[in-house]
Amino acid sequence: MSRPDNAAFYRRMLRIRRFEETVLDLFPRGLFYGTTHTYIGQEANAVGVLAWLREGDIVVSNHRCHGHFLAYGGSMRSLAAELMGRSTGVCGGRGGSQHIQWRDFYANGILGGTVPMAAGMASTEKLKEGDKMVFSFMGDGTLGEGVVYETLNIAALGAFPILFIVENNRYAQSTPTRLNLAGEIPDRFKAFGIPVESIDSTDVVEIHEAIEPMLKYVREKNGPAAFVVHTYRFAPHSKGDDSRDPEEIARYRTKDPLPIQAERLEEANQREIQESVEMEVADAFEQAESDPAAEPASLTSPLGKSQ
Amino acid sequence: MTTILESLNRGLRTCLEESDRVYVIGEDVLDPYGGAFKVTRGLSTDYPEHVITTPVSEAGIVGVGVGMALRGLFPVIEIMFGDFISLTVDQLINHAAKFRWMSNDQVRVPLVVRTPMGGRRGYGPTHSQSLEKHLLGAPGLRVVAATALGDAGELLRKAVLEDEDPVLFLEHKVLYAKPIIAHDELSDFEVDVSDDPYPTYRLRIAGAPTPVITLTAYGYSAELAREAVKRLAYEHEIFSDLIVPTHLSPFELSDLFSAVRQTKRLLTVEEGTMTLGWGAEVIARALEELGAGLHAQRVAAGDMPIPAAGLLETAVLPQVEDIIEAAVALSEAN
Ligand SMILES: Cc1ncc(C[n+]2csc(CCOP(=O)(O)OP(=O)(O)O)c2C)c(N)n1
Ligand SMILES: [Mg+2]
Repeated sequence: MSRPDNAAFYRRMLRIRRFEETVLDLFPRGLFYGTTHTYIGQEANAVGVLAWLREGDIVVSNHRCHGHFLAYGGSMRSLAAELMGRSTGVCGGRGGSQHIQWRDFYANGILGGTVPMAAGMASTEKLKEGDKMVFSFMGDGTLGEGVVYETLNIAALGAFPILFIVENNRYAQSTPTRLNLAGEIPDRFKAFGIPVESIDSTDVVEIHEAIEPMLKYVREKNGPAAFVVHTYRFAPHSKGDDSRDPEEIARYRTKDPLPIQAERLEEANQREIQESVEMEVADAFEQAESDPAAEPASLTSPLGKSQ
Repeated sequence: MTTILESLNRGLRTCLEESDRVYVIGEDVLDPYGGAFKVTRGLSTDYPEHVITTPVSEAGIVGVGVGMALRGLFPVIEIMFGDFISLTVDQLINHAAKFRWMSNDQVRVPLVVRTPMGGRRGYGPTHSQSLEKHLLGAPGLRVVAATALGDAGELLRKAVLEDEDPVLFLEHKVLYAKPIIAHDELSDFEVDVSDDPYPTYRLRIAGAPTPVITLTAYGYSAELAREAVKRLAYEHEIFSDLIVPTHLSPFELSDLFSAVRQTKRLLTVEEGTMTLGWGAEVIARALEELGAGLHAQRVAAGDMPIPAAGLLETAVLPQVEDIIEAAVALSEAN
């Protein structure tokens, strides 16, 4: 598979960045329901990792799913519409920001709970003797959930084709990893004999390349592998809730993945991408806003008819 | 004016002040954050040794709480959203609720697990539920619900310091910002309070004729029911009384029974889904107690997950209008 060129990487990350910034800007207007967890700062992870996606591969995401969804190829307009509770939303307005399902993409808002499910999908691929694999994203904080380790054990024993991607943004909500994570993250995978690669980077190209050995390992049907990206989120955990040291945020902002990638492009090329993304984002939110609200008549029973 | 949130915060502070056996434990409970809903704000600053932040490990921390309680401490565990109580259910049902009885009463488990249930904030299917019905009636586990009609912090203090058994303490996201209602400011209502440790409140419109329907609700639903009682009186001339328990499980409904004995019409209101819910048990017990001649109806959430979109969420969760409509129909039943 040929890797995306530098412009494509930049465009994909910028789409996420501008989508998320727009969400945060528009929130005070009362357009959206509930709350949201933005991906600002972490764009290089989803884009770098999912550039390896093949048709039919499965992505299992979490509460911070917008970036994963857009990198997967999801539509901006239907994501915006979902946040606005429109009938055209990804899930018809039922799910909202953190409950997104489209094609082979699944997200849910219960931390850790998606990880065994992801392994089950990988197990299915193995049983079907298919050639698809699962990309399962989780945050550093999610490593607190016991079910994650039950899953690592099961997936390793069964040699399931799944890649666990840990986005260590150094916080779970307000809690720094030093207060909730004993030992080292990679060791948690090694304990189950799962090979793991780590990188401390916000450079999309570096991330894309660093994951390749783990990806090959999974694709060649050796079993699960893990990839740990040490990263940072620039925006609050959800909206107004940031108690981190502003100096720390400023320090990490100097490693913003977007300028890092932009530098690889001619200025004219950058500007062209920026303008087209700007238009795409504006259109997406405008269209979503003019879409019809999800109507109660659309609500169906949560069970199909029993036979 | 004191909000429920401030009252709960004060209640926890009082517990920490009164006993060095109290430990407040949960995800993100430390200052300056002070918990996802800010119930623990300020506590870690003043009681740094007694406020413990944890990994995202709901089952683990409730289990740790069970162990601390068995060994003489008074742990108060915060579960950030009521929806995550499902992750703790094994610890609650098979450990916390069992040890006293299983040991032939040799030991006690003075554990409190507090959590905000409820929707109406657009948080969607996994952050809006009222899951308590799955734990009501679990033998050995007490369930208590805060209300705007009383001092929620005092209720919590009793659960922490005076109850030797495990308590699931229910809060409600919408209730947090509401003021605690001083009964003398409730000019429309007469209020009676039972003298149980976890009291039941009985409300009726001041100076109104004898009630013909009894409504019952707890937590935030009691606020909706109170609004409905008012509008039923002023707009429909249907007079009702409202019974608001704080002690949900084990079920002890004598105040409700004495009201329903007069009205013979019982309307239950809850935010959990209807099937096999709180109202179902309340009505079954009322029927057993009062025998034939009881007319009853439930208002509850639709039997489906809670959608995020505004119109959808409103349609699924019970609203004041739903209560009024059900009450009008019930008043006509014969
Ligand atoms: C089972 C469960 N517990 C708690 C939460 C509340 N919560 C949402 S996000 C979050 C922090 C997650 O941290 P991490 O896994 O590092 O992901 P990040 O938010 O940093 O991307 C918490 C505690 C939840 N959604 N599910
Ligand atoms: Mg994190």
